[in-house]
Amino acid sequence: MTAVAKLEVRAVSKAFDGKPVLVDVNLAVAEHDVVCLIGSSGSGKSTLLKCIDLLVPIDTGEIILDGRVITARGVDADAVRHGIGIVFQAFNLFPHLTVLDNITLSPRRVHRMERADAEQRARSLLYRFGLVDKEADYPDRLSGGQQQRVAIVRALASQPALMLLDEITSALDPELVAEVLNVVRQLKDDGMTMVIATHEMGFAREVADRVCFLDGGRILEHGPPAEIFTNPQQERTQRFLQRIIEAGRL
Amino acid sequence: MIGSGPPAVDVPGAAPPETRWRSLTTEQGARGALIAAASTVVVVAAASWWILTSETWPAVQRQFFNPENFAESWPAVVSGFWLDVRMFLVAEVAILVFALLLAVIRALRGPAFFPLRAMTVVYIDLMRGIPIILLVLLLGFGIPALDLPGVPRSPLFWGLAALVLSYSAYTAEVYRAGIESVHESQRMSARALGLTQWQALRHVLVPQAVRNVVPALLNGFVSLQKDVALVYILGIREAVREAQIYNARTFNYTGYVAAAVLFLAVSVPVARFTDWYAARDRRRKQAG
Repeated sequence: MTAVAKLEVRAVSKAFDGKPVLVDVNLAVAEHDVVCLIGSSGSGKSTLLKCIDLLVPIDTGEIILDGRVITARGVDADAVRHGIGIVFQAFNLFPHLTVLDNITLSPRRVHRMERADAEQRARSLLYRFGLVDKEADYPDRLSGGQQQRVAIVRALASQPALMLLDEITSALDPELVAEVLNVVRQLKDDGMTMVIATHEMGFAREVADRVCFLDGGRILEHGPPAEIFTNPQQERTQRFLQRIIEAGRL
Repeated sequence: MIGSGPPAVDVPGAAPPETRWRSLTTEQGARGALIAAASTVVVVAAASWWILTSETWPAVQRQFFNPENFAESWPAVVSGFWLDVRMFLVAEVAILVFALLLAVIRALRGPAFFPLRAMTVVYIDLMRGIPIILLVLLLGFGIPALDLPGVPRSPLFWGLAALVLSYSAYTAEVYRAGIESVHESQRMSARALGLTQWQALRHVLVPQAVRNVVPALLNGFVSLQKDVALVYILGIREAVREAQIYNARTFNYTGYVAAAVLFLAVSVPVARFTDWYAARDRRRKQAG
């Protein structure tokens, strides 16, 4: 583990209606690191990401971003979210706004950028991710892969220092997965710090600096991908990976 | 993919596929149109014959459909109706704005807003529970009678205020249904982008909500367009009042029919427009 962590999750627990979804989770993410969260559906991956973005309040423990406890009382959650980009499984683009307006909404309203500046930045991001001809379209005119790339661009437009990706390829048709994963590879090359919840094991193995295996709301095992994928220590990790190999996904 | 399949992606406002069903049940083609036309002619002719040949028809015509009385009452009723139209326009704008404010307050989250939310709930319950005519009487006669300094004394003002207060309560509920129909993930997405609760409502939730409830709002237009006539009870000389004055003078009811014709001339087109808009909206959602 690196000395200075960009993000630290300390002993975080969370229960929904008495049912524990996160149990004593500890995680440290160094700057420029990519951490992949793996584990079956319902293991707590999504909830952990939403807790980090302060979209879901935690019950106990604390979360530290850039050395500051963001889960403390009195912290302005809106201000914390300015520095974090999150992308969801279901894209969640705003259907009543064009691609360009989706992307510039937060820069203009939250960061008080001039429209022209915000649009210029949006266009350069769209250009970079091959979406330059889509700026005037409404989201329902785009394919799932395009929508998800727009959602990533929208998150990047606020220039976050940390990106949280919540199973961003799980709602896509198989042939559209690659174009979205390529965007994530580009972000890694840029040195973006990322926490990625994913079912794409091959991808996790490729981009992750570290992999965490979640089971029943606990991080059962974590380490470099080579270790986790080839020599898992925990029996549950072994069984999980075995099922994935049987499904032909690794 | 491991575990469960991809969770259902939210399709906002997806409607059941009823176009096919419609095309099967409505008569198709020229033959269908011909049968419909012939059947309509037969039914209308039979009904007309039955009414016009009845023994009481001449008396009915004299009292309700007398061309001379119609022409005589028409100018006053029309000028009264023009007041109705202006009252409607002013009240409708006030209602749309005030109701949206109520709905937004009701949609605010967090314990700090509890008193505000509770006040809107109480307000909506009260205003929906009181008959409009009672509010019109209460405010329209009651407040001018108080003779308070700095408070308008015009019955017209207070009559309209009563309509606005009552209709805002209903319209706020329409807006609220619209806001609740926008999927929770949209709110979360907006908040995740750093938008405040207020900004999320203003830029993300309310625009989508309003689109979802336009047909219901138009329906409210039709209703209000008629209910403005309730202020006649304050002695305001709008169409119904003018018709009543004419009736009192001549003991003939044709003036009321003239007023009814004018109200219909506005409300039927708005109702058709509402249907057309709702159908177009449904088609678009299915196509999307």
